[in-house]
Amino acid sequence: MSVVEIKGVTKTFAHGNVTALENIELELQPGEFVSLIGPSGCGKSTLLRVIGDLTPPTRGSVTVNGKPAPRARKDGDYGIVFQDSVLFDWRTVAKNIALPLEMLGWDRERRKTRVDEMLDLVELRSFADHHPWQLSGGMQQRVSIARALSFEPALLLMDEPFGALDEMTRERLNLELLSIWEKLGSTVVFVTHSISEAVFLSTRVVVMSPRPGRIAGVVDIDLPTPRTAETRYTPRFFELVTKVRELLRSRGEHLLPEEEELLEADR
Amino acid sequence: MLAQLRRAGIVAVAVVALVGLWELYHWIWATAGWTWPFTVNDTSMPHIWTIFKAFGQPAQVNQPSLINVLLHKTAFTAKEAAVGFGIGAVIGFVLAVVLVHSRLLQRGFLPYIVVSQTVPILAIAPMVVVWVNPKLPAPLQGWGAVAVIATYLTFFPVTINTLRGLQAADPRALELMRTYAATRWSVLWKVRVPSSLPYLFSALRLSATASVVGAIIGELPTGLQNGLGGAIFNFNEYYSIEPQELWATDVIAAFLGIAFFVLVVVAEKAIVRRAPENVA
Repeated sequence: MSVVEIKGVTKTFAHGNVTALENIELELQPGEFVSLIGPSGCGKSTLLRVIGDLTPPTRGSVTVNGKPAPRARKDGDYGIVFQDSVLFDWRTVAKNIALPLEMLGWDRERRKTRVDEMLDLVELRSFADHHPWQLSGGMQQRVSIARALSFEPALLLMDEPFGALDEMTRERLNLELLSIWEKLGSTVVFVTHSISEAVFLSTRVVVMSPRPGRIAGVVDIDLPTPRTAETRYTPRFFELVTKVRELLRSRGEHLLPEEEELLEADR
Repeated sequence: MLAQLRRAGIVAVAVVALVGLWELYHWIWATAGWTWPFTVNDTSMPHIWTIFKAFGQPAQVNQPSLINVLLHKTAFTAKEAAVGFGIGAVIGFVLAVVLVHSRLLQRGFLPYIVVSQTVPILAIAPMVVVWVNPKLPAPLQGWGAVAVIATYLTFFPVTINTLRGLQAADPRALELMRTYAATRWSVLWKVRVPSSLPYLFSALRLSATASVVGAIIGELPTGLQNGLGGAIFNFNEYYSIEPQELWATDVIAAFLGIAFFVLVVVAEKAIVRRAPENVA
């Protein structure tokens, strides 16, 4: 059974007749790492939000774990990580990670055991009693990932989670995320506007084009696992990056000048 | 430690400077015989030492010293203000929680809540006494009605600020709670209330002093003689003969207000955990 099944999803926003998504068809198998990539306005974040039932689709259906998206949300079938970590200042790192567990009604003992496991997973054990504002941006995002994974959701939704971080931190967290994903075997939907990040992390890259938001093409990433920092230097990596870039370019007539620049910058 | 000493030093310097200014003004105006904005003499502006000397002397023959009398009255007024502050803060908070959950109630009620504060407290106080006092059990008679008046002044800033604070919760945090299928109750206690605390406390700082003012004013129409309001009313009658007694009472009343304020600040420091740059 597929983890996510998107059938004929269209999303229009009432104001200004913007078609953010048009007739999207996509299926995710268990354990897949799928990146959604495209210029701004292609609807990649909207698609992620539709999967997570944070925005209802105008037409079409989304099933997660074989259930309609709203049911899956209520059952806690996915964890989410936003671009900013959205940690609560008034809670310690450990308490932030425990937040979803409190919501699920876990008792104190069980929460503590799990929080400790998660702290080990993101290597922040010694920061358990720190407050979020005492951590660097990269560490905050690791806490956010630990929180999203704490209740072992089948699906992890990530909306440009490393977009606000510097390049070095981003690459280190890419590696960390991959090792976590390999350990847990969860299914990931990852929104990004960085081609190299998408190729490095994913098993599949879904390239989207704007106005209206559509799937321009899907690239299977057949890089060997486990991937390491050296993976980025292999010829196959460059070939795949080029393939994704060409798919983005083939829709170039839809791009605004500043989106062109974004693509150039990525080169 | 050094910083604390420095701060204490600054406060001491400020107090000395204020006393100096008062006496300097008194001396210049009295010597020059200036009458604008008012004639300065020992009645309109008694000397600081006269005011402080008054504390040690009995206000009336065969009575304990003024400070003794005033401290008892302060305790009485503090009780009224504290009860009014407590009830007002709870009512204000609950009202804000109710209003944040209903746009309809917000539209319907908020204007009346605002209007309620445009009516001068002195105009309402007599009515409150007439309405409330007969219903009160014997131990609450009199001061209970004054506490209600203090409540009236307290709840408003709390409602308005807490409402703003509850609405100021990070939309992303609310969305995150949605992904956990959190109940309204969880959202309220785990997100909205914690993010409203800085707003709540800035309201409580305002309300703390307002409740003291409310208690003092509330004592006037009640005719209560046990509190600072009664004392002020009394000494006002004798101002032309012994102005220092009214001034002395005012000093004590000011200290009561400051004490309430400081208590709130101390509570805030203990409760609110925030990033250093977010501390007001």
